[in-house]
Amino acid sequence: MSRTINLTLLVWRQGKQSPKGSFETFQARDIDTDSSFLEMLDTVNEKISLNGGEPIAFDHDCREGICGACGAMVNGRAHGHEKGTTLCQLHMRHFNDGDTVVIEPWRARAFKVIKDLVVDRSALDKIMAAGGYISVNTGGAQDANSLPVPADDAEKAMDAAQCIGCGACVAACPNASAMLFVSAKISHLALLPQGRPEAARRALAMVREMDACGFGNCGNERECEAECPKEISIINIARLNREFIKSSLI
Amino acid sequence: MELNGNVPDGPVNEKWDRRKSELKLVNPANKRKFTIIVVGTGLAGGSASASLAELGYNVKTFCIQDSPRRAHSIAAQGGINAAKNYPNDGDSVWRLFYDTVKGGDFRAREGNVYRLAQVSNAIIDHCVAQGVPFAREYGGLLANRSFGGAQVSRTFYARGQTGQQLLLGCYSALMRQVAAKKVTLFPRREMLELVMVDGKARGIVARNLITGEIESHEAHAVVLATGGYGNVFYLSTNAMASNVTAAWRCHKKGAFFANPCFTQIHPTCIPVHGDSQSKLTLMSESLRNDGRVWVPKNKGDKRAPSDIPESERDYYLERKYPSFGNLVPRDVASRNAKAVCDEGRGVGATGLAVYLDFADAIKRDGKDTIAKKYGNLFAMYEKITAQDPYQVPMMIYPAIHYTMGGLWVDYNLMSTVDGLFVIGEANFSDHGANRLGASALMQGLADGYFVLPYTIGGYLGQGGLGEVSTGHQAFVDAAKQARDQTDRLLSIRGKRTVDDFHRELGKLMWDNCGMGRTDEGLAAAKERIPQIRAEFWESVRVPGEGLDLNASLEKAGRVADFLEFAELMVDDALARRESCGGHFNEAFQTPENEALRDDENFCHVAAWEYKGENAPEERHQEPLTFENVKLSQRSYK
Repeated sequence: MSRTINLTLLVWRQGKQSPKGSFETFQARDIDTDSSFLEMLDTVNEKISLNGGEPIAFDHDCREGICGACGAMVNGRAHGHEKGTTLCQLHMRHFNDGDTVVIEPWRARAFKVIKDLVVDRSALDKIMAAGGYISVNTGGAQDANSLPVPADDAEKAMDAAQCIGCGACVAACPNASAMLFVSAKISHLALLPQGRPEAARRALAMVREMDACGFGNCGNERECEAECPKEISIINIARLNREFIKSSLI
Repeated sequence: MELNGNVPDGPVNEKWDRRKSELKLVNPANKRKFTIIVVGTGLAGGSASASLAELGYNVKTFCIQDSPRRAHSIAAQGGINAAKNYPNDGDSVWRLFYDTVKGGDFRAREGNVYRLAQVSNAIIDHCVAQGVPFAREYGGLLANRSFGGAQVSRTFYARGQTGQQLLLGCYSALMRQVAAKKVTLFPRREMLELVMVDGKARGIVARNLITGEIESHEAHAVVLATGGYGNVFYLSTNAMASNVTAAWRCHKKGAFFANPCFTQIHPTCIPVHGDSQSKLTLMSESLRNDGRVWVPKNKGDKRAPSDIPESERDYYLERKYPSFGNLVPRDVASRNAKAVCDEGRGVGATGLAVYLDFADAIKRDGKDTIAKKYGNLFAMYEKITAQDPYQVPMMIYPAIHYTMGGLWVDYNLMSTVDGLFVIGEANFSDHGANRLGASALMQGLADGYFVLPYTIGGYLGQGGLGEVSTGHQAFVDAAKQARDQTDRLLSIRGKRTVDDFHRELGKLMWDNCGMGRTDEGLAAAKERIPQIRAEFWESVRVPGEGLDLNASLEKAGRVADFLEFAELMVDDALARRESCGGHFNEAFQTPENEALRDDENFCHVAAWEYKGENAPEERHQEPLTFENVKLSQRSYK
């Protein structure tokens, strides 16, 4: 049943007024436990606006857990403590009345803080541009059923393809590595016959770009897998390593 | 003025070939001399950007999100239609065409819809080639499922994340062209003005959402792929940033707006929980394949669903529509849900919900099979409502989901402004008064991959497009207009937040221009909207500054445009003296409460022309002629 709770928020504020950044405290009052974490922030922001302050900036869009825009460290956990959940799908029923909640942006060398909880994740797009595709132009594709794909391979490819590019894996990793992100795309495409012709080139190019963007390497901490809102498995990192080694031998 | 849709002559199945052969071509060496602006990176904008760049054009692509991969097409769940007939169940291009025209309640252009059905198969081929991981049978071939409004299984899907996978396909094609330096990407930009030079669209003015700077960009043609306007209702299944601003600003520069009152209410959304709710979440229509919709037979029955015996349940869709059952089109399913709730038979705390029950499907197919088909949707439902749909029936209620209306375009997808093309949900063209499930993804990709790349070449190939620079007075004026609005919004410093106004407008529109419309309600909305607008410009509070990341300022600009656009929606609903598809005026219904069309007087597209501030808009008509499909009362019984 729906009820209301009160929280104390410690929110990271950074931007033009405060280039180095610091925590600011807010009281979140009468929060409906059926509302989402972002709706809780909306409520707080309405109050800040009316009191003459500047609302907390955060990225968000679809609010149904699929666009990957939202994300923040909540009490030190990427997207909060609920497993397999984006911040927009984290509901306030998982908090207790009187809790103190610490909210920080993703922290990684490759993700510069733009304002408050908003960070620059364009490095992930750069990695995709380096090779996260199958080189096929529009027009001229053969009939879709002329290339059978074993259902199990298609399922595994789909498991990997679910990545929403939110950056939680990077934020959770002690090395700020983007290996889970990269491996999800490499696996998705390498598991499908359409993706094989370019598999070697793709693995090399994406890993090199990841390094160039300032992401760290995998240290098998498995924090990424634990925090991924789409529960993408580190089996994909094993596949990435395999594809990468193969590509280095060719 | 009677509008001409510019549809080629000849039999419907030869029209597109005929047009392609008539269109001028631009030779490969000349393509690189043309620059095209594409605004929006959903399925339509993403596929168009990639395809145009592959052809050799220089493309500048703009999106409001931090990455093109996040456009709201990503949230589409159920699937994408194509006339492949892989299941051997009697499908064909003709049948897909027929179903789409009928599903749209005979308010779409035959020529456009036929073309859509024709290119549908090529979309699936292309997406598979890109690596989209569609669901497959154990033999390795593609799987299909059925969807509302059709009696064949023609829907391709990738679990409950079809939109995501198709969009990531487009996005990867787009990023490949970014790497090839054929696409320049401008993320976190919001288009604020269309720039016209010598009567032609030649560029845009956009706000950089990080720095707040107003930027000008020139091009030889502009493609708008900015989605729909469902957020005029405040609560909708649209993303938070979805808005009408780009389309509305183009409308004010001369692009006619067609059928704005054609809005789609999706029957299966998670019901509203309370006042702090910021958006609604859809549960894919595909759930109606296996879920059974019911309410108690008796009013005010507050027992738990498991305590209500079979004999006291009313499976009203199966009862009223035996041949389509739970798979009737969206408008029919939505109206029936509203009707049973209005009778007092709704369930849940608010009484504004009906059950969608999987108990029989789980008994028949086993939990694993159901989990494989809908697992992620069930998980999502549980996350939001804290109820387990494997154990208790889901509760659903209709919500605003898609807008069939949009900027008017001809057969070549060009608006009434030369050089301004409009694709995807942002245009009005293919769905008539009601869109069938799994057809939005098809249309977005058809426009972007297989239609626009031909037709825009025809326009550019005609010549007559001299060079312009952003120093041109038209750019200077448009940029000033954008800056002035920003300054004005920031200077009001009133007492009410932007969201507060948006909520008020949204409720007014939902109550009076939503699922069931009446002349009195529409008239009341028409009176109230200008008052809210006046109050907005007097007492809105926009914190922060212009030259900074400022989400409140972004929202304020969008709500200001919704406050103007809403009035046009109401005008359009008042002027259409009939019910059809998503537009249901209670004065026009059959004895069985179905939409009652007036084909004699309203078998046309209404396209509105902007006439200046505070002047009434002028309603133009494009007559719809049906040479292949016989107009009939839609029946799903």
